[in-house]
Amino acid sequence: MSQPGMTIIVKNTTRIIAGFIALFGVYIALTGHLSPGGGFAGGVILAAAAVLVVLAFGSGFAGRIVNEPKCHIWDGTGAMGFLVVALCGYITGGFFVNFIPIGTAHHLLSGGMIPLANLAILLKVGAGLAGAFVALSAFKYGRPRSIRRVGREL
Amino acid sequence: MGVEHFIVALILFMLIAALIAAETRDLLSAVICIGAAGFALSVIDLLLGAPDLAITQVVVEVIALVLLVRVVLRREDTSTTDARDALRTGAVLLAGGVLLVVTFVAVGGTGADGTIPAFGAATFANPDEALPSPVSSDYLAKGPAETGAANIVMAILLDYRAYDTLGEATVIFVSILGVYVILRQVGRRKQEPVL
Repeated sequence: MSQPGMTIIVKNTTRIIAGFIALFGVYIALTGHLSPGGGFAGGVILAAAAVLVVLAFGSGFAGRIVNEPKCHIWDGTGAMGFLVVALCGYITGGFFVNFIPIGTAHHLLSGGMIPLANLAILLKVGAGLAGAFVALSAFKYGRPRSIRRVGREL
Repeated sequence: MGVEHFIVALILFMLIAALIAAETRDLLSAVICIGAAGFALSVIDLLLGAPDLAITQVVVEVIALVLLVRVVLRREDTSTTDARDALRTGAVLLAGGVLLVVTFVAVGGTGADGTIPAFGAATFANPDEALPSPVSSDYLAKGPAETGAANIVMAILLDYRAYDTLGEATVIFVSILGVYVILRQVGRRKQEPVL
């Protein structure tokens, strides 16, 4: 137990598979307008990759990849991006009006602003959940006595 | 009809799992029961033809389960106190009663003369052809042509009802902010910085 995190089997498996999980999350979000899925599901899968890394390597080492300031930045970026997509609707009409040509259905570049909005929600949900998990894993450093007592009663 | 019976069986399974989760004294068992109820719900979503919802339900359930198991295992003892909470038992009984009432209304009130539409029928569907086209069938008919999205769920979520999605995104944002605020206050008490 000298090294933080789990065994070497888990670490090596995580090293191979975490990137693919994150890639699958992005894929789910980017093809949200063509097949089941969407930004929220993709974001949660992306956060799952981050959670896997934090669990396998320990929050100390994984803090180089997934840490709270980074999650704050991407969380805010996603929220701002969604609002910017909504505000860009004023180019052609009003709030949330589709301002990009809708293209041909069943093509990747279709749906106008919908893929952009999915991308923003992907960033927002993924970074938000990952950040919440990172913040929760800071629990292990110790809690004030009052909170510990309340937590035991729950 | 087979699907309906299967769904009723799944709902019963979820009900039993939820009751065990509320009543058991072992926290880890409670977490596992909550997970079982969630996965049963995702199977119901899939059977009712809502793959978007099913995917989201499964991934959220996995994340929540991992998080809860980690939090529970982090504590030394996974058992709650022996004291029976009368209020909690009462709440469980009340929830069961509400569920019975809802089931009774749903079974007795459906059909042609009932106030609740038949199983699987769209809530906004307009049975009268002469009246103007209702909103949900309008979405289905014009969605792909107007928004260019092949997936009708995304066409509704991010185009027709994008205001709702903005509200949901705001809810997530604020709740994540709440998590940060609550945990940050705790984290400041220790010596080394959080990560």
